[in-house]
Amino acid sequence: MPRKIKDAVAYMVIYLAAFYSVLLLAGIIVYVFAKGFPVFDLPFFTTVSSVVKGTVGIAGNILNTVYIVVLTLLAAVPAGVGAAVWLNEYATPGRGVRLIEFATETLAGIPSIVFGLFGMMFFGTTLGFGYSILTGSLTLSLMILPLITRNTQEALRAVPDSYRNGAIGMGAGKWHMIRTILLPSAMPGIVTGILLAVGRIVGESAALLFTAGSGYLLPEAGSGFVSKIMESGGTLTIQMYLSLARAEYDTAFGIAAVLLCIVLAFNLLIKILTRNKFFAG
Amino acid sequence: MNCIKIETTDLNLYYGNYHALKAVTMDIRADAVTALIGPSGCGKSTFLKTINRMNDLIQGVRITGRVCLDGEEIYAPGVDVTTLRRRVGMVFQQPNPFPMSIYDNIAYGPRVHGEKNKNRLDEIVERSLRRAAIWEETKDRLKKPAPGLSGGQQQRLCIARALAVEPEVLLLDEPTSALDPVSSLRIEELLLQLKKSYTIVIVTHNMQQAVRISDDTAFFLAGTVVEWGRTGQFFSRPRDRKTMDYIAGRYG
Amino acid sequence: MDIGIHGVRQTAHNTPQGRLGLSVTEKRSHTQRIETAAEAIFTLCACCMVFAVGSITLYMIANGIPAIYKLGAREILFSSVWKPTAADPSFGILYVILTSVAGTVLAIFLGVPVALLTAVFLTEAAPRPLAAVVRPAIELLAGIPSVVYGLLGMLVLNPLVYRLEQWVFRGSQTHQFTGGANLLSAVLVLAIMILPTVISVSETALRAVPEQLRASSMALGASRIQTIFQIILPAARPGIVTAVVLGVGRAVGEAMAVNLVSGGCVNVPLPFCSVRFLTTAIVSEMGYAEGLHRQALFTIGLVLFGFIMLVNILLHKILREEKG
Repeated sequence: MPRKIKDAVAYMVIYLAAFYSVLLLAGIIVYVFAKGFPVFDLPFFTTVSSVVKGTVGIAGNILNTVYIVVLTLLAAVPAGVGAAVWLNEYATPGRGVRLIEFATETLAGIPSIVFGLFGMMFFGTTLGFGYSILTGSLTLSLMILPLITRNTQEALRAVPDSYRNGAIGMGAGKWHMIRTILLPSAMPGIVTGILLAVGRIVGESAALLFTAGSGYLLPEAGSGFVSKIMESGGTLTIQMYLSLARAEYDTAFGIAAVLLCIVLAFNLLIKILTRNKFFAG
Repeated sequence: MNCIKIETTDLNLYYGNYHALKAVTMDIRADAVTALIGPSGCGKSTFLKTINRMNDLIQGVRITGRVCLDGEEIYAPGVDVTTLRRRVGMVFQQPNPFPMSIYDNIAYGPRVHGEKNKNRLDEIVERSLRRAAIWEETKDRLKKPAPGLSGGQQQRLCIARALAVEPEVLLLDEPTSALDPVSSLRIEELLLQLKKSYTIVIVTHNMQQAVRISDDTAFFLAGTVVEWGRTGQFFSRPRDRKTMDYIAGRYG
Repeated sequence: MDIGIHGVRQTAHNTPQGRLGLSVTEKRSHTQRIETAAEAIFTLCACCMVFAVGSITLYMIANGIPAIYKLGAREILFSSVWKPTAADPSFGILYVILTSVAGTVLAIFLGVPVALLTAVFLTEAAPRPLAAVVRPAIELLAGIPSVVYGLLGMLVLNPLVYRLEQWVFRGSQTHQFTGGANLLSAVLVLAIMILPTVISVSETALRAVPEQLRASSMALGASRIQTIFQIILPAARPGIVTAVVLGVGRAVGEAMAVNLVSGGCVNVPLPFCSVRFLTTAIVSEMGYAEGLHRQALFTIGLVLFGFIMLVNILLHKILREEKG
């Protein structure tokens, strides 16, 4: 075969491959929205499903998702950022750093179902939190820890050494320098990591199935909002999985459309954040 | 006349196995400009950094000998490096304003050392900017990000930032090598002003600059001080053959 | 008081406290304490990672071992009969293991070529505006929750595969029809789900190939395509291997989407058989399993964890080699 034809064929295959990914995404989005949007109405977002009242709604699941996102971030962000700061600013290269970096890599590679099993046994049984939002959040916080740490590390690496020298040369202590110079400079990177983590939490299902359970009711007004943390609560994804298993396809598509909207919104946010160069002050 | 501000005695510095400073013994006079000259890699920047212990940040550095500030040994146990660095300020080769406003850049040092009073901070910021001869250019944009200034302005800002903590010694590591000639001259004029009240040590590649602004000059070669003394005598009647060669341009 | 003569030292000092009345030996103990505390806290955070990995490993082993101990390694790992709830229960997970292996291998064979070509498209072939459409699309694919893939696999892909199945086994008396919920569907879904990971990692690898290699190949008269396939892809091999290994990790660990499309009987991993993966066995049975059955599921978890650790260690080795 002449070279020109070979090349042309190769180009075609390359374009087809790329086109396939785009087509796939477009297909998924269009299909899910086409099937999901008709399900949207006010009760869908403001009520919980009830056979007695005849309502189909995901209000409880939306609230559970918010609970789990917030609690997970509360646990994971300080620890993840702290670990990154230690690795980048305090640690001297050697065994300790290698061990912790290996641990981070490993943690990032563990599939969510394994986190689910561990969370069920450790937080659920050993610590006695049972099937609860707290168990689910703690489990997920382990899962997103590497994501936070890596993004923070990358952001810290991008801060020029001249900032560090400038501050230290003026007599600032290390922690003071980190707090006033490094962390603010690294903030866009840290926030990107957090947004990615939120995306993962919202989309997660396998790690939550046996940890947070599948409760879908709204907490009682007042103190119920606090005690809810110790109660079972299924996120949107869990509810979607259960709806599928019960062949309630309309509800499943409705939730899928909500999830895709969230994913799209967060991607957009990350795009905006990483595009803008950031100067504090 | 000027007293001795800093004296080093038999100062040796090793990066791992590399012997970077060899038995450096010299004095730096108060309220004068001391220029450190020499080819690249001769140890002059390393020496500068030993004076406010910035070498502490580098892995595997070992130091022997004595460095005294006003007669106090700065490598002795129990020395608080943050206090040391407050008294011995430093300006780097690349202007390095922090990514915050001009005001916050200047106020950074005083805040590090515990100043919280808004009025006093305002005062310090203005005084420091005036001393660094950059007040007129910045007084209307104090809240604007400092990285928006020109290179020369940024460097004067960094000098102002260093002055804001009331140091006694100012170390400058080739402060003009990243700047254009006009900005460099402005910095030189500024240093001549500042030496009235500060001890200034400047590393420079530019011998003309050393002649123009310094009172004393020290010549470093391969980690040793070949010769040090009054700038006038140093350049007109060098004692050492190697100094003569360097001045004549026979080294890098 | 002066340096009169070259290099001759005079001795005269200011007061040791300098202008501010601060001696360098004066301790600022409060600040010092905060600094020490900060460092301790950061160190603790870093140790969290090791603690997490350590305790996960410990728990997986501690909970996975009892069933092996009670039943014997042969009985559980190398027997193919999985009847956990029968009167005379049997807990052989051989087919489950084989299904995960086969499913992963097939998904890699299907997905990696497409992913590599897409990465080539992004780095070498695409005009800028086109790449600007394709790249975000792939990032979005990565963000779509796996249950959504499961939903579409179940309601779109399964019917299509069922048609294919009907055509392939037309007239067959013995084939047990799966309605499209079989290994093939699972493999197709997995092949799609690994795309974003493999594409983005190999794209980074391709981008890291030095420009001179490209230029010198072109200067010798090679066409762009020849340069890509003969110079650039081989040069980017370590990075591409990393991408494939990461893809394997994703495929082995995927649970929810696969569970929705793969049927759910423990079977020989053949394309048109309803099958059960390591992950899907846990997802679908953990909810009601008790006693030995539950312990056997933990053994499945341990096997899965073993596979993942293997992948991780492999990855770690590759990354170290790349660095060194």
